Amino acid sequence: MATHKQYELVYIASPDATEEQLTELQTIVEGIVTKAEGVVDKVDVWGRRRLAYPIGRLKEGHYVVVLFSSEGTLVKELDRRLKVNDLIVRHLIVRVDEELQKAARAKSRRDAETARRRVARGLPPEPTPEELLAKQAALDSRDEAEG
Amino acid sequence: MSADNQYSDGERGGRGGRGGRGDKKEGAAGGRRGGFRRKRVCKFRTEKIDYIDYKDMRLLSQFVPERGKIQPRRLTGTSAKYQRKLQVAIKRARFLALIPYATD
Repeated sequence: MATHKQYELVYIASPDATEEQLTELQTIVEGIVTKAEGVVDKVDVWGRRRLAYPIGRLKEGHYVVVLFSSEGTLVKELDRRLKVNDLIVRHLIVRVDEELQKAARAKSRRDAETARRRVARGLPPEPTPEELLAKQAALDSRDEAEG
Repeated sequence: MSADNQYSDGERGGRGGRGGRGDKKEGAAGGRRGGFRRKRVCKFRTEKIDYIDYKDMRLLSQFVPERGKIQPRRLTGTSAKYQRKLQVAIKRARFLALIPYATD
């Protein structure tokens, strides 16, 4: 796990593909990942979606998001295999672990800072349930006011 | 793992609040055409969005009008740090046909 990096793959399959072809495609993708000792963390099937612009003659696509962790060499192989596949209209593989870690660090830093300030103001470090409710209500009313 | 938070992060709706700093600019921008946008504070800082997800259409569409051009920082008030991240996210979303490329 030490050398594993986390990646996110989004692929758009042709809307003409049948249900079986799509599941087969998914097993192929997962097979490639697990064969290279990668781990599929999460699969999110968006299903049919309108494309913002036509790709070739297509106006719709079947979107699937796959989160996986593996070594970097797998990405090249996966990319190649996806390119070859006729059912896949487009795909994108992005490394996400660094960005997510950065985001998590920023969040924990901010949380620590809020806790410190709250204590300095003589409040408990965590907001009370009543405070959270009031905050949510304020957010909701603002959303309504701005449409 | 941390895989879940990126999905939930983007679900916060609404626009950046009308802060004190936003109002100050109102007078200075008297000659605005259209007059529907005011200088605002950075949405990502006020709403504490650390990871800009390129799949989060609801978030991205606020920075990309129908024309498909990315809104400049001077109109949205986004800070430089987040505008850079936003730019990458929008370009990824465009590649995946989630957002149109700029027309004309």
